[in-house]
Amino acid sequence: MIGLAMDDRPTGQPADRGVPLVEMRNISIQFGGIKAVDDVSVDLYPGEVVALLGHNGAGKSTLIKILSGAYRLSGGEILIDGEPSVIQSPRDAKMLGIETIYQTLALAENIDAPGNLFLGREITTRWGTLDDAAMEHATRQAIAELNPNFTRIKEPVKNLSGGQRQSVAIARALYFNARILIMDEPTAALGPHETRQVADLILRLKAKGIGIFLISHDIHDVFDLADRISVMKNGKLVGTVRTTDVTQDDVLGMIILGKRPTMGT
Amino acid sequence: MTSVAHMPVPLRQSQAPGFKAALEVDLRLLAMVLAVVAVWVGFDLLTGGIFLTARNLWNLAVQTSVVGIMATGMVLVIVTRHIDLSVGSILGCVGMVMAVLQAHILPVGAGWNWIVSVAAGLALAGLIGAVQGWWVAYRGVPSFIVTLGGLLIFRGLAWSMTEGQTVAPLDETFQLLGGGLLGSIGAVWSWVVGGVGIAAVIAKAILGRRRRDAYGFMQRPIWAELLVAGVAIMAIIGFISVMNAYNRPRTEIAQGIPIPVLILIATAVLMSALAKVTRFGRYVFAIGGNPEASALAGINTRLVVLSVFALMGLLAGIAGAIQTARLNAGANSTGELLELSVIAAAVIGGTSLAGGTGTISGAIVGAVFMQSLQSGMVLLGLPTPMQNVVIGLVLVLAVWIDNSFQRRRL
Repeated sequence: MIGLAMDDRPTGQPADRGVPLVEMRNISIQFGGIKAVDDVSVDLYPGEVVALLGHNGAGKSTLIKILSGAYRLSGGEILIDGEPSVIQSPRDAKMLGIETIYQTLALAENIDAPGNLFLGREITTRWGTLDDAAMEHATRQAIAELNPNFTRIKEPVKNLSGGQRQSVAIARALYFNARILIMDEPTAALGPHETRQVADLILRLKAKGIGIFLISHDIHDVFDLADRISVMKNGKLVGTVRTTDVTQDDVLGMIILGKRPTMGT
Repeated sequence: MTSVAHMPVPLRQSQAPGFKAALEVDLRLLAMVLAVVAVWVGFDLLTGGIFLTARNLWNLAVQTSVVGIMATGMVLVIVTRHIDLSVGSILGCVGMVMAVLQAHILPVGAGWNWIVSVAAGLALAGLIGAVQGWWVAYRGVPSFIVTLGGLLIFRGLAWSMTEGQTVAPLDETFQLLGGGLLGSIGAVWSWVVGGVGIAAVIAKAILGRRRRDAYGFMQRPIWAELLVAGVAIMAIIGFISVMNAYNRPRTEIAQGIPIPVLILIATAVLMSALAKVTRFGRYVFAIGGNPEASALAGINTRLVVLSVFALMGLLAGIAGAIQTARLNAGANSTGELLELSVIAAAVIGGTSLAGGTGTISGAIVGAVFMQSLQSGMVLLGLPTPMQNVVIGLVLVLAVWIDNSFQRRRL
């Protein structure tokens, strides 16, 4: 990476921060004949928050689902810690320390919090059976850190409030020591108080050196949290900018017009 | 309409648990059991005391086993948001295969004849289920269609094996699988089975408390623990006593638990364990609750669905062995329309067709309920068409009552 000329780097990237956690290079994906994501490059450094912005249908969620293993890319490559990595399934992504909090939360509504937190990664006893007590214990601890008022651990998550369900999804992403966290519209379903809690959480995780991709269609949600912003429109990358270099209006222009702002005005 | 979303949520943990909460009993299952008891008492009064005799209850148990065994698998199928309409035909087809193997192909009278023919039949049944599951999970054909095709295909194949001729008689050891006059384990072994059951109830309670103690979780009150375990133990003792109270005709020898009922009990225990304490069972329910989320969690959802259908096929094979042994004949019409009783048993037992919810124990109680209705109406001399009218009405009513009950609890 060191030998690369500055011009080859995705814009907005600092030159002196070592190897990025994630580099997605020239990513494309097609559904039928339609390119949902077309030649997009983004990257993410440790302890950094990169926001992915764009209208609904701009391709942000699709791009991120390639990283989380839900979709397979049709073109381009993904580097994790500078190493080319193949991500063909959600399991592959999790092995690489990539955890995702989906907009829909992706919870099985009929199952309780421990069942959801450990779904696909259950703790088992030495007989190979589910160790529900151990999972309940771990879940109580993990949830208590996030949301001390949440005690209805053993209820199916469909009986929980939006904030509590979100806590389950967040606890699931954090419990397994994620290094790369993807949050898809994390505050879309939350009230102002819970939104502030999520913002605090993002700052805490950032301080721990976790890299976070924050996906949103609303710039106001993410401008204060993000270090850099990548804007997408119609499946293509409009550009990546540092939040310190631009105003919210500049970014809004990128989202709406699909053009990079003229810098240094 | 009042808005449900804004109602205050009760904080259950902060209050002392009430009577019902302390028992942690599945209220829906309890209601089902009460419904069965009501039906029994009703029929006993109508038949002038014939229904609640050891002999009738013993027969009822044997009759329940075929539907009950398949209903345990149907629960998992329906939980994953699918359906299997082919189980009656698989039962008939595989039963026919076992009969033909025994009577026409393998040496008649050989001690291993019945073992090989049953093993071959079960393997075939599992394979049939797996192939249907493959069409559903990997080829995306709706299970309703795949298994509707299976219903026609396997019934037709059962006929074509002998061009509709009935195959009889069958191996004498094989016949024991069907219950029959000699197909029971006798009083002593029945009490041994009961003893194992009682020990399991006690062990489960003690181990459960110990586990919860190890993590400092709230325990259910000791009186509730004793009450629940006590009721379970009384039920086991009552069941064994009834089975032992029926003597072989014209003898003083107690029948004890019929072999098909023993197979049903073993199946129910294993399937309950599979559903509750294994990863596979957890994934079955997760897929039923949210298929996309399960896939995103890294679960191989297609393989799980295929396996559920394979398991359903295997259970239909076991039921086929029992039914064929009981008839002492392979007939191509064996198990016709049984898929409907099996689905009805699962649904009456609380399995939701929307997927995600259902219990094995509920399905067993559902099967007992269905069979009790049928048996009672036979005793009353109701003609078969009228029996179907009653069962159809009861099915619709039962699901309606259950639905309104569930909605009120939300």
